[in-house]
Amino acid sequence: MATEYLAQRYRGDFPILDQKVNGFPLVYLDNAASTQHPASVIDEIARYYREDHANVHRGIHALSSRATKLYEDARACAAQFLGAASSESIVFTRGTTEGINLVASSWGNAHLGKGDIVLITEMEHHANLIPWQMIARRTGASLQYIQVQGDEGTVDWTLLEQRLKDDPVRLLAFTHISNSLGCINPVKDICAAARRQGVVTLVDAAQSAGHCPINVQELDCDFLVFSGHKSCGPTGIGVLYVHPELLADLDPYQFGGEMISRVTYESAEWKPGPHRFEAGTPHIAGAVGLAVALEYLQKIGRPAIQAWDHHLGRLAYEKLSTLPGIRILGPKTERAGLVSFQLGTIHAHDLVAYADQFGVAMRGGHHCNQPLMRKLGLQATARASFYLYNTESEIDRLVDVLREAIGYFGV
Amino acid sequence: MEIDELYQTIILDHSKRPRNFGDLPPPAVKGEGYNPSCGDEIAVFVGESAAGTIQEIRFTGQACAICMASTSMMTTQVKGKTIAEALGLKRIFIDFLTKEAAPGNGLGNLQAFGGVKKFPQRLKCATLGWHALEGALKHCAE
Repeated sequence: MATEYLAQRYRGDFPILDQKVNGFPLVYLDNAASTQHPASVIDEIARYYREDHANVHRGIHALSSRATKLYEDARACAAQFLGAASSESIVFTRGTTEGINLVASSWGNAHLGKGDIVLITEMEHHANLIPWQMIARRTGASLQYIQVQGDEGTVDWTLLEQRLKDDPVRLLAFTHISNSLGCINPVKDICAAARRQGVVTLVDAAQSAGHCPINVQELDCDFLVFSGHKSCGPTGIGVLYVHPELLADLDPYQFGGEMISRVTYESAEWKPGPHRFEAGTPHIAGAVGLAVALEYLQKIGRPAIQAWDHHLGRLAYEKLSTLPGIRILGPKTERAGLVSFQLGTIHAHDLVAYADQFGVAMRGGHHCNQPLMRKLGLQATARASFYLYNTESEIDRLVDVLREAIGYFGV
Repeated sequence: MEIDELYQTIILDHSKRPRNFGDLPPPAVKGEGYNPSCGDEIAVFVGESAAGTIQEIRFTGQACAICMASTSMMTTQVKGKTIAEALGLKRIFIDFLTKEAAPGNGLGNLQAFGGVKKFPQRLKCATLGWHALEGALKHCAE
């Protein structure tokens, strides 16, 4: 299979990976927190600042018009990446968190009231939980949860449509791929059920946009959010997709320059389309870098990235399962390229600190999933998460280091 | 290896077999520490003597090896001390971990935490129990 060679073929594009940490070759397995950048992204950001930078949409001069073109080309690139019908549906944000806050605030304030329900799952990242807690408190709506069962994180999705039909659910927000369980939720089926019941959907694609094909028209979601820095792009830039039918009716989120058409001392009118959600000077270089990242991922091919990701996830699950006393979260099959686990009685921070001494970078903590961790009776887990440049031998390094940690700390 | 400076033998021993582990009923006072980055929680219970010393001290919680050991060793060190002496020791300990040339006089086996200096991201782990102690001692002073 061509994907067998994915890491070998593309790993060299990522300069940061070629280094030693604590005297050992870096094994970077913290991709669910942030991915690394191909040189082309880094170079384009530098080139933009060296050659083309000015403020967008305002200036008449050459640099401003170049910067504006690059910024709007990036919007078109993101639209194409997500399969959106039009660039108008693409709002640049600081990242997933801001995208969800924008929807919770703009859509929530206008459409939620007492008696309404916002439905989310118990596996949501704090970014897709706290904004809904806050907007529910403000509007009198209630925040309810779709149950997640057991360490495997099973959700009975067959119950969903009846619940959407019976209860006054106005919005359903859920993650595509869980950052702590690694499970893949059936987005298309969920959105179809919601559409049939007239419920607005928001998909948190933070862990999926850079890892698998996504087409918002096929998924038929209303909102979809992701972050650049989890998809080979820069930090501080993300994308919010808004369904064309919801766009005109959505109020601005922040107010200021760039987002207005006419202002008097008494009132202001908003620009149409995505610009009215982008008050102030945007992260132009971030958008420019993101466009290169998204093109890079499309050049490799997202089906190939997905296949490699799943292969590494499966392989890691199998190999880690052989360790004594290990408790792995998430499904046994059908998992994305991340594995979070508890190893005997060793605390995740001790494990992560130990692995780091051998150059293996993992995440340890609650992964912004405190309620789920509490429900599972865990405080923290260690998490190894993979990307297109990770190799099978890096998983062997991980397993070796964990085996040594068992000897060091005792299980 | 650098990691052995962090996880010294005495630290691993106290983390696996924490001393004074458990709670104390009222009138013992309680202080809590919480580390939001990992969810670690420590509760320290202090029973004060009529003379104003720490007569009894116990702790509960779930935390990493550094935090468990630091809290365990803290309880053995402050038992029998006055509140002022215990708070003084806390200051010396934190100075020892955060200031370049702090000698750490009077710390005894707490000197084993010197390795934390090379792992500043673990400072919170090493001091969580001490912050919980301070919280408990505030109730004593009232």
